[in-house]
Amino acid sequence: MEVAFIVEKVLLVSLIFVITLVIAMYSTLAERKVAGFMQDRFGPDRAGPFGILQPLCDGGKFFFKEEIIPADAHRTLFIMGPTIAIITACIGSAVIPWGQQLTIGDRVIELQVTDINVGVLYMFGVVALSVYGIMLGGWASNNKFSLMGAVRAASQSISYEIAMGLSLIALLMVTQSLSLKEIVAQQEGFANWNIWVQPLGFLIFLVCAFAECSRVPFDLPECETELVGGYNVEYSSMKLGLYMFAEYIHMFVSSALMSALYFGGYNFPFMYELGLSQNWITIIGVLVFFAKIFAFIFFFMWIRWTLPRFRYDQLMNLGWKMLIPLAIANIVLTGIITIIYDKL
Amino acid sequence: MQSLSNRKKVLEQRPMNFWERIYLPAIFKGLTITIKHFFKRIPTVRYPEVQRPYSKNFRGQHSLKRDEQGRERCTACGLCALSCPAEAISMISAERQKGEENLYREEKYAAVYEINMLRCIFCGLCEEACPKEAIYLDGPHVTADYLRKDFIYGKDKLVEPRFDYKNQQEPTA
Repeated sequence: MEVAFIVEKVLLVSLIFVITLVIAMYSTLAERKVAGFMQDRFGPDRAGPFGILQPLCDGGKFFFKEEIIPADAHRTLFIMGPTIAIITACIGSAVIPWGQQLTIGDRVIELQVTDINVGVLYMFGVVALSVYGIMLGGWASNNKFSLMGAVRAASQSISYEIAMGLSLIALLMVTQSLSLKEIVAQQEGFANWNIWVQPLGFLIFLVCAFAECSRVPFDLPECETELVGGYNVEYSSMKLGLYMFAEYIHMFVSSALMSALYFGGYNFPFMYELGLSQNWITIIGVLVFFAKIFAFIFFFMWIRWTLPRFRYDQLMNLGWKMLIPLAIANIVLTGIITIIYDKL
Repeated sequence: MQSLSNRKKVLEQRPMNFWERIYLPAIFKGLTITIKHFFKRIPTVRYPEVQRPYSKNFRGQHSLKRDEQGRERCTACGLCALSCPAEAISMISAERQKGEENLYREEKYAAVYEINMLRCIFCGLCEEACPKEAIYLDGPHVTADYLRKDFIYGKDKLVEPRFDYKNQQEPTA
């Protein structure tokens, strides 16, 4: 373990951390802008040109708000809730391959923090952990509405994780690898993207990703109309800010995951035919990857301002009675097609 | 009961068919609607920078007019106060003294003239009642304020500034 290696990784980690936070920050603005445009208005445009200082103002405001911890709340857990939420949201980005490799001098820098051979499982575990933040927050608040929100979050997360995992199994049957780096590297060019072989699996994964991020139409944990505000009713100041931040980071990470798993990650059409040097391919690849992520984030917002919220029983019906059977059918179908394909 | 308008429709409640049950077609329909709105022209007027033109007969804040020689036209007859349905106008009249001919057109003038902008309903009846063409509601919006007393506008706010006919401009001070 040489020093340069550690420096390289620390720089990469900090860079990704900063990018994640900035994107999460500006997602809040983008959300409001998208909402505005879809409702025939401008959205926030007073703070700076086009409102680009709005997230800074909001963040600054959060820090100056009074911090309230309810008298009967469990203090430790109450503080741990948002902490866990934000940490689990952030660590997901560790295994995502942001690009190929950069060659500077004689150093080859991999644009991925770590390539563990169970990357997909790791992501899955992190996603599963994230519900703890919400659960702890809702439980520790000692508030019925918060608890209801937390219970909903837990049950929703568990039900949709099954379908998500099953849709991933079909994908893994195609890729034959659990390493995200390997999966992305396989999808070279345009025709090899996994979306072409796993369209149904992608659809299931997409729906589950919405549910895991508790985004509309599955935002039952924080539905304002029924539960006042859901699991974060008792939170104020930056703790509330962290919860909201965690949600946007989730959105970013799951967008990155979906682009990496199904839309070829950093791969773009004609990447080797254009005769570019490896460094240029990597740089363009990173930009393409981020373009895909932004497209997904936009899609998240687009859906949010289109669909109403599911009722709780509808949510459960969809998860258990439709998505899980569909995902299993997808696995069987994938298996049959793979065998037929191999025989030919 | 029999429908009189013939517009009555009996809603038919049937179980959802397959395409409705998988939601996707409906979701795509919704998505196209929202994306159409995304690219639509936005009717918002960015208010402080852009102001919509008022209609010609917009009734805003009152102004007490002067005549060609810059004298106040108001003679404090009280017809505006009498016509006011909201009892917003009050005044105290005074007699014009020698040497004040350049200030007031008539022998009697309003020493105090007050309009309570919280009472005023901007109906324009004072304008119609005035025999001297001394009051018009041709100003801008009456702006917000913090205290009730500040909504009682006196002559300092109501009388229009003197117009310098020789130089065709408003006096500087």
